[in-house]
Parts: sequence; C-alpha cells; structure tokens
Amino acid sequence: MDKILETLLAKVADLHGVPSGAYNIRENGKAVSRNTTANIDIVSREDGSGIDVHVRPGTKNESVHIPVILSQTGFTELVNNDFYIGEGADVTIVAGCGIHNGGSAVSRHDGIHRFFVGKNARLKYVEKHYGEGDGSGERIMNPKTEITMEEGSYMEMESVQIKGIDSTKRETIAHLGAGAKLVVQERLMTHGNQTAESDFDISMDGVNSSANVISRSVARDHSYQKFFSNLQGNNLCAGHTECDAIIMDDAKISSIPEITANHPDAALIHEAAIGKIAGEQIVKLMTLGLTEEEAEAQIVNGFLK
Amino acid sequence: MLELRDISFGVSEDQGKKEILKNINLAIEDDKFVVITGPNGGGKSTLAKIIMGIEKPDSGAILFEGKDITQMSVTDRANAGISFAFQQPVRFKGVQVLDLIRLAARKKLSVADACEYLSEVGLCAKDYINREVNASLSGGELKRIEIATVLARGTKLSVFDEPEAGIDLWSFQNLIRVFENMRENTKGSILIISHQERILEIADEIVVISDGAVAKHGPKEEILPKILGTSSAQGSCEFYRGDR
Repeated sequence: MDKILETLLAKVADLHGVPSGAYNIRENGKAVSRNTTANIDIVSREDGSGIDVHVRPGTKNESVHIPVILSQTGFTELVNNDFYIGEGADVTIVAGCGIHNGGSAVSRHDGIHRFFVGKNARLKYVEKHYGEGDGSGERIMNPKTEITMEEGSYMEMESVQIKGIDSTKRETIAHLGAGAKLVVQERLMTHGNQTAESDFDISMDGVNSSANVISRSVARDHSYQKFFSNLQGNNLCAGHTECDAIIMDDAKISSIPEITANHPDAALIHEAAIGKIAGEQIVKLMTLGLTEEEAEAQIVNGFLK
Repeated sequence: MLELRDISFGVSEDQGKKEILKNINLAIEDDKFVVITGPNGGGKSTLAKIIMGIEKPDSGAILFEGKDITQMSVTDRANAGISFAFQQPVRFKGVQVLDLIRLAARKKLSVADACEYLSEVGLCAKDYINREVNASLSGGELKRIEIATVLARGTKLSVFDEPEAGIDLWSFQNLIRVFENMRENTKGSILIISHQERILEIADEIVVISDGAVAKHGPKEEILPKILGTSSAQGSCEFYRGDR
C-alpha cells in the first residue's frame, strides 16, 4: 500500500492497513482489493459502474468497508453502489471517499448509493469525505444516497466532511415504512472558497415511522454552505430536523428547513440556527488557560464532534 | 498574594463617564477565605472581572504574588494561577462535562479522576460526566459544573462571582456545603462575591464594597455584625423570595 493510499484510508475509513470483515477498496476507478465473508457478498457490476453488496438475513455484528480513493489528478468517475440488507441483520457499513489531487486538473467523484434495508434490520452507515494535495486542481464530490426502509428497520447515517473538498452537493432521499426509524447526523466544515450543499428529502410513509436529521456545520473564510431539508409526514409519524451552524470570517450560510404534513397525525418539528462563536465562550476557555486560538479550535471541535 | 492598588474603572455613558470603581485598594493574603459583599450595583462583579483580566482598569495596578499583572491577558493570568467562576456559566454545544474538566485540569484526567470533582460539588458523576454543557442543564447544575472546573484547576487564587445567583434554594443549600468543604480542604486563597449570610459566615475576612469604594474590610467577627440585616448580608428566606 503506498503512502497516499494509506493516509487517505486512515482519514476516510479509520483504516490502518487491511480491514477485518468484508471490504472493497477502489482506487482510481478500479477495485484494488476485496474480501467477502460467509454472510456478506460483494459483486462487481459487469459494466464496471459499481458494486452490489448483499448482506444475508440475520447477519449480526459484521462490517463492510468500501473506501474509494482518487489519487490521479483529473480523474473523474460516477459510481453506483447498491446495498441489500437482509431481514433482521445488524451491520455497519463504512464508505468514505478521499481525494489526493496533486495536479491542476479537476478530480471528481460522483456516487449514488442505494440502500434497501430489510424488515427489522439495523444499519449504521458512516460516510467520510476528505481531500488533500497541493495541486491547484479542484476536488469535487457529489454523493447521492437513496434509502428504502422496510417495516421496523432502523438506520443511522453519519456523514462527515471536515477538510479539503472544494465543492460538494449532497443529496439524500429516504422512504420509510411502518415503524422504521432513520437518524441522520451530518457534520461539515468548509474553508477557503469551498461550497457545500446538502439536500434531504425524507418521506415518512408508514405508520409510526420517525426521522431525525441533525446537521452541524462550521463555515470559515469565504466558504458557502446551503442546507435544505424537507421532512414529509404521510402517516402517523414523528419527524425532527435541526440545523445548527457556526459562521466565521466572511463565510455565508443558508438554511432552509421545510416540513410537510400530509396526514393529520404527523408531528413534525424543525429548528435552525446560525451564529458566530459567542465571545463569552472564548473568555471562559481563556480563564482555563487556553489562548484565544486554542479556545476557538476547542469550541469548533466540540461542536463538530 | 493579591494586591489591588488604586484601581479605578469607568464606563462611557450618554452623560459622560460613569465611575464604577474609585481608587480601590485591597490586599488578599495567602490561604484566606474572603467574601466581598455590598449593595447591588456597587462594583463587586466588575472588581472580580478586573482581577481575572476580563475587564482592564482605567488606572491602578494589580499585583499577584508580587508581580505586576495589570497588563497580562486572561490566558496568562489563568496560567499564573488565578481561576474564575462565572456568575452566569457559559454553555457549549457539543463540549462534554468531561472535556471541560480535562481542559481545566490541563491534562488528560482519567474519567474516575474527573468524576471526583463532580462528586465534590454534589453531582452524581456518572449522570453528568458525558453530558453536554448545553441548555439541557439547569442553572444549579451548570453552576456546580462551573465550580468543579475551578476545583480541577487547583490554583493559588480562586474567584467566584455570585455563586448563588440564578439558582433555587435547594441547590443553594448544597452549594454552601461545597464552599464549606473548600474552606477546609483547599489550599490557596478563595475570593467570593456574595450577599449570602451563610457564605459570609464561613469567611475569614469580609470586604464591603459600596458605591465603587471599599467601605469596610476586616475579620468576619468584626464586620458581619455591622452588616447583618442589610442588603449586604441576606438570609436564605429573603434569597428564596428574591427580595433584593
């Protein structure tokens, strides 16, 4: 494994060396290494456009790592991955994308992930995005996530983008069946001239379904962020969306929470707040001996933790 | 250990400058428990902030352990050995109680060690250690966490700005016990801004600040009888009624 691959894998998938369990590592458009288990199968699409991951019903405590690395400047790709989580399974999927762009051409990864979460299955899905490299070429990522949740299923989605992605447009669409529960935690930091857009469209179709979308973001320098979420209650259901942002320097942030009730028993809440770091928070940490810069970093790290 | 020399401080208002503190001279000795009291608006909290460096005096000098710290930043004073508990503790989204105590201690305390400080302020540690220091905590809980951070620092001088403000009577009774414990176990000087008779009773010395100046300063035995029944020494029933 070369140095760049190693660093990127550590950043996007917390991987140090080869992971245990099922995995598929994709570098510059090609699968470079793969492992399947008795319960988890990974199959390449014949046209090379991506992979299908099948998790057998009842599979417990297994994980799938599917990091994607772009290290060749100017490389652009569109990947379609489908995930079938069998009935009653309980698994973790870690998908991350790291771009190292040392050249001047645009490197771009567009991914469409479709999840089919079976009846009473539990899935934790972690997605991390990271970019690096001293070239002037832009690093772009546009992930799209489509989620279909069957009766009684649970999914927790954690998406993190802290550094180095110049432009991102993230789209998440979900349909929830009866009793299904979706929890989304998004953490985002933009700096320089970066732009990030996040768009959630979640339909609570089944009785007693629920969704909770929590976004925390920090925009610094001249970056721009736009957060849009629409929770649609189409049955007896509970939905909550919260967008909390810290604005710094000359950044700009838009937050557009939308809730739509198409059923009289839909209970929906949205909250949104944008503000800078409070001066008194900095002073409090300075009374503990931190410098102003250390205090600021501590507040931002805590907020995005 | 701490000496204030001719400290004056004013704020600009429409009608010109308003003097908050006028030529304050005050010395706090080593290992003393000193309570500063006096009527509201007399300048007590401003004085506490000036000691920590949150406000800078217009004139005068502050000496800490013989060294002039008048121009020192809040950070440098903190590192020189001064701690400060805010009247209204600050909330932080995402920062856990454990994080704050570790920051205060300036080392990676074990969870068990961090819990010790919470227990000392009467909080059931396991219920609080992983909580975020956010709006989900009550005023009394925040206040005690604030005091725990000061305990974790263990500095030579600890300043508490109106620890009783904004909490209910039940929490206040617990808080008194915390200060009684500190009185017995803490090395270093403790300076508390308070009107509360129960806190004044455990003082070595009492300073009365009124109208921006030191009106009285002496041993508790001498000062307390003179101020009982005034707004400088309130009983807890008055406190409960919010009768100020």
